[in-house]
Amino acid sequence: MPRIGVFVCQCGNNIASTVDTKKVAGEMSKLPGVVFTCDYKFMCSSPGQEMLKQAIKENKLDGVIVSACSPHMHEKTFRKASEAAGLNPYQCEITNIREQCSWVHHDKTRATGTVKSIDLTRMTIERLKRNKPLKKIKIPVRKKALVIGGGIAGIQAALDIAEGGRDVILVEKEPSIGGNMARLSETFPTMDCSQCILTPKMVEAELNERITLYTYSEVEKVDGYIGNFTVQIRRKSKYVDEDRCTGCGECIEKCPFKVESQFELNLTKRKVIYTPFPQSVPNVPVIDAPNCPKIQKDKCGACAIACGPKCIDFKMQDKIVTEEVGAIVVATGYQLMPNERFGEYGYGRIKDVISGMQFERLASSSGPTGGEIRRPSDGKVPQSVVFIQCVGSRDEKKGVSYCSKVCCMYTAKHTMLYSHKVHGGQAYVFYMDIRSGGKRYEEFVRKAIEHDNAMYLRGRVSRVYEKDGRVVVQGADTLSGSQVEIEADMVVLATAIVSREGADTLAQRLGIGYDKDKFYNEYHPKLRPVETVTAGIFLAGTCMGPMDIPESVAQGSAAASKVLALFSADEMAREPITSVVNRATCNACWDCLTACPYSAIERESVKDRQGNIVRWLAKVNEGVCQGCGVCVAACRSKSIDLRGYTDEQVYAAINAF
Amino acid sequence: MKMKLSNEDISSVRVRQIERISGEDVRKCYQCGNCSGGCPVSFEMEIPPSQVVRFLQLGRVDEVMAANSMWVCVGCLQCYSRCPKGVSVAAMLEALRQTVLRKGEDFEKIKDLPYPFLKKAPQQALVCGFRKFVS
Amino acid sequence: MKIPYYPGCTLNTVAKHFDASARDAAVSMGFEMEELAQWNCCGATFPLTPDNLIGLTAPAKVLSNARKAGDTLTTLCSVCYNVLKRTNKVMKDSKEKRAVVNGFIEEEYDGSLNIIHYLEVLRDRVGFVKVKEAVKRPLKGVKAGCYYGCMLLRPFEDIGIDNAERPTVFEDLLRALGAEVVDFPNKIECCGAHLAMNNEDVVVRLSGNVMTSAVGMGAELIVTSCPLCQYNLEKSQPKVSERTAGYAGVPIAYFTQILGLALGQPVEGLGFEKNATDIMPLLQKKGIV
Ligand SMILES: Cc1cc2nc3c(=O)[nH]c(=O)nc-3n(C[C@H](O)[C@H](O)[C@H](O)COP(=O)(O)OP(=O)(O)OC[C@H]3O[C@@H](n4cnc5c(N)ncnc54)[C@H](O)[C@@H]3O)c2cc1C
Ligand code: SF4
Ligand code: SF4
Ligand code: SF4
Ligand code: SF4
Repeated sequence: MPRIGVFVCQCGNNIASTVDTKKVAGEMSKLPGVVFTCDYKFMCSSPGQEMLKQAIKENKLDGVIVSACSPHMHEKTFRKASEAAGLNPYQCEITNIREQCSWVHHDKTRATGTVKSIDLTRMTIERLKRNKPLKKIKIPVRKKALVIGGGIAGIQAALDIAEGGRDVILVEKEPSIGGNMARLSETFPTMDCSQCILTPKMVEAELNERITLYTYSEVEKVDGYIGNFTVQIRRKSKYVDEDRCTGCGECIEKCPFKVESQFELNLTKRKVIYTPFPQSVPNVPVIDAPNCPKIQKDKCGACAIACGPKCIDFKMQDKIVTEEVGAIVVATGYQLMPNERFGEYGYGRIKDVISGMQFERLASSSGPTGGEIRRPSDGKVPQSVVFIQCVGSRDEKKGVSYCSKVCCMYTAKHTMLYSHKVHGGQAYVFYMDIRSGGKRYEEFVRKAIEHDNAMYLRGRVSRVYEKDGRVVVQGADTLSGSQVEIEADMVVLATAIVSREGADTLAQRLGIGYDKDKFYNEYHPKLRPVETVTAGIFLAGTCMGPMDIPESVAQGSAAASKVLALFSADEMAREPITSVVNRATCNACWDCLTACPYSAIERESVKDRQGNIVRWLAKVNEGVCQGCGVCVAACRSKSIDLRGYTDEQVYAAINAF
Repeated sequence: MKMKLSNEDISSVRVRQIERISGEDVRKCYQCGNCSGGCPVSFEMEIPPSQVVRFLQLGRVDEVMAANSMWVCVGCLQCYSRCPKGVSVAAMLEALRQTVLRKGEDFEKIKDLPYPFLKKAPQQALVCGFRKFVS
Repeated sequence: MKIPYYPGCTLNTVAKHFDASARDAAVSMGFEMEELAQWNCCGATFPLTPDNLIGLTAPAKVLSNARKAGDTLTTLCSVCYNVLKRTNKVMKDSKEKRAVVNGFIEEEYDGSLNIIHYLEVLRDRVGFVKVKEAVKRPLKGVKAGCYYGCMLLRPFEDIGIDNAERPTVFEDLLRALGAEVVDFPNKIECCGAHLAMNNEDVVVRLSGNVMTSAVGMGAELIVTSCPLCQYNLEKSQPKVSERTAGYAGVPIAYFTQILGLALGQPVEGLGFEKNATDIMPLLQKKGIV
């Protein structure tokens, strides 16, 4: 006969207000096999846990049930306490009588809640009676990390992991690391020059011996599980031998062809062999193959002639490299919503309507105008500039529903940069709300208004059109209740921050979740902000949603510390709630294999003495299995069971109902 | 101007009526002002479109009923077309007109219209005008 | 190809030349506009409040008659087009409203008509390439401003003929006819619409903005697709000229008149004399007639 103890928690009034816990305990004591029952105000408190331990010892319990809140909350707590009292931790089960019972019933007579709690607890007792003691699964950890995306978040994560003494591979799809921050001129709220604070970090990443940089590369395939990932990385052909290139730049000099520069957001042109920007890391040019006449039709070849060390190879092919890593940090960043979507703002049609990021380039001393604010159409210095905030943000109809979070701040920054660079120039800002919740952020915006004389108008702009070489902005100032029209020389749109194109494909490859806007989901938005539901894969920066540099950096460091914690032991323990195949009855139909959302099922062959394959069997990779139970439902021959939730246990629970 | 607000204002039955007729929800508007910025007759309105919605949000139907806004709205739908929240001020203004016209109160008297206009104007102007101004 | 056609009241009265020129142009493009045997006024405005079902009965009646003549219906007037197309959508999408309206007009109409504007016939059925081939009198050197107004474009989700902020269908047609098109900011703004009835000031201001902005961008001709736009612009022209320094007026014509002209139809038959503004000096200057 089992010796079971039942502990019913009142959770203050959370449970007790609609459940008569004493009665529940009383009813349970009548059941066969139950040798101890009690109810208590807070089971999770220290005295509560002590009581549990004591009861286990004193009554020689071989199984306990805590009827309390969701197992998500305190299953760990009570299993730990049970273990401390000498019980196999998996002999402790939770009945959820709070989220699934007391909170959803409002019957103050406590009739419904009590009856339901009794039913639920009785079901758990029957399940517990059929429990088998389980042991944690130990898996080895490969202590090398992969960081995907070399923006500031990814760079920070890589540096911190390397600092912690572990090897890192940093994969960046562009020819240089740096990401969007490399485009910025000065940065709020301290106005330090973006390149000046970013470049040292980029160089550090390049020089650090523990960091391997794979630029111009993308992750193609990810297999395995926490501690044991195998990734395939495509290293796109740069047509330049990275090891021998000295970065002298002769090739770029001699290349006779120019195309629009993506880095400069089409504000200027670059050569066909190029580095995105002067401080690129690594300082190795790449050939833009689709635009290179030598590669396309065997004409030119000027760069190869110019190159001293002869490291240009027009026949170079993409390479696939395979790496084994124990953890992955995803830091793939953001992009901006295409402004063309807003026909009324004239972007793409009116040359002097530009995006905020283009303004960053105009203001940047390494940008196409050398840091002078000149408008694209005719190069004149604009005497009045209208900034329009929330373009595409907070716009359910044509854009995205969320707030892009950084544009209020960078617009204020833009007005300051503008007023410093163009004396006498007037900045106008159309805004709906000013969101400046950060350390010294509000003061920063006020400074733009009070010190740098930016004219803030509360209202959206309805349309922008051209008239006599000027750009007319028609909008509203809702504070005065009037329609306003401003004839300006240039208009800057603070465009919405959106997820990267292809963010969903990468997420599917990695097996991590994303939201309706294709930003990656954190495990828990408050308590586990840099983890994903897939163990061993972490997040950092704007791939999760709009944020500024300080936050991106903090997240990079946070993800790194998670990785280092994971790498601190040689083996890691996993919950043993995994499925297991009955080798006698499995007929290898592979229904489970197709059903498993985590790709945890593998094909196993059974061989005879001669080594001929005589049979195939499904096999569960315990490192990957999340214990979701989908395979159990899919298996037609009932050959898979989930540990802790076997068919036998579940049926027993149902029968007890 | 001073407004004294009460719970009754905020949950004004008359606003609910406007919402029912127009099929719009005044709470959806976040007062961005795009409609007022783009409305071609904003300049002529005593209360511009976004403020019409604001007054309705505050339960102040009298203020908007007293203003000319609903009668000068040309129904061009620019407000709706560009509203980031998909709110149609045009529909609210039409609902306001309807509350007057449905009581049988005409804004225009057909017999007062000048003869040359009646003769020369496109039929559609007459029919449309009657629908907007006459019960 | 015969396409069932709903002219609407105005095209049967003060805008007869809009109607006639469209029918003639159709013939030379190889299709025929077949007027519905029976039709009534569309109501001239789509009720903006969804509870106003009475306003849907007149257009629904038109639609149900038209459905008996075929599965497509074409119109010319932007307002008729707007009202019919939006009503059709309600009849198609809302089971409840359909039942009430059908009950009222004693019909069983289900919203299965395809409502297309004459411009769509030219663009999607004939094709602008074909139109271009048929041009006999190219409008070389004529700088035309295409005035869309409101009802041809809005609301986008119900009408969808073209991008509501940056439409091109009109310009594409005029280009096919050999004209140069000028883009002007007010081409999708209102002319003043029914305020023609009681607020001349506003109409003059709005129509004036349309014309001066077109002329400001170099337009020598404004092309319309709505009799009310045409009327408001024409009627406001003298006042606008009075009030705007340096503005000398601009000819305004229906697009079908311009189409007929380019297709080589006799100039006398195009009804230019019925327009309040004289297009002839422009055509002579450009050597088109
Ligand atoms: C106009 C503007 C001005 C701004 N000004 C400021 C400011 O003044 N101060 C401030 O704090 N913040 C500012 N920000 C915000 C700032 O840009 C971001 O917070 C920061 O750049 C986010 O860094 P990140 O690393 O998350 O993303 P990113 O900078 O976008 O980096 C992501 C990197 O990942 C790479 N990548 C993407 N997909 C893949 C893939 N599949 N494989 C490999 N690599 C991939 C990208 O190429 C990129 O290098 C501004 C933003 C804008 C738009
Ligand atoms: S010339 Fe050769 S060594 Fe110099 S940057 Fe170009 S590829 Fe590198
Ligand atoms: S940060 Fe400011 S400008 Fe950007 S979307 Fe949010 S409110 Fe609009
Ligand atoms: S545009 Fe829409 S959300 Fe903005 S003020 Fe007008 S009704 Fe409100
Ligand atoms: S529909 Fe009326 S309120 Fe809306 S923009 Fe047009 S005139 Fe203004």
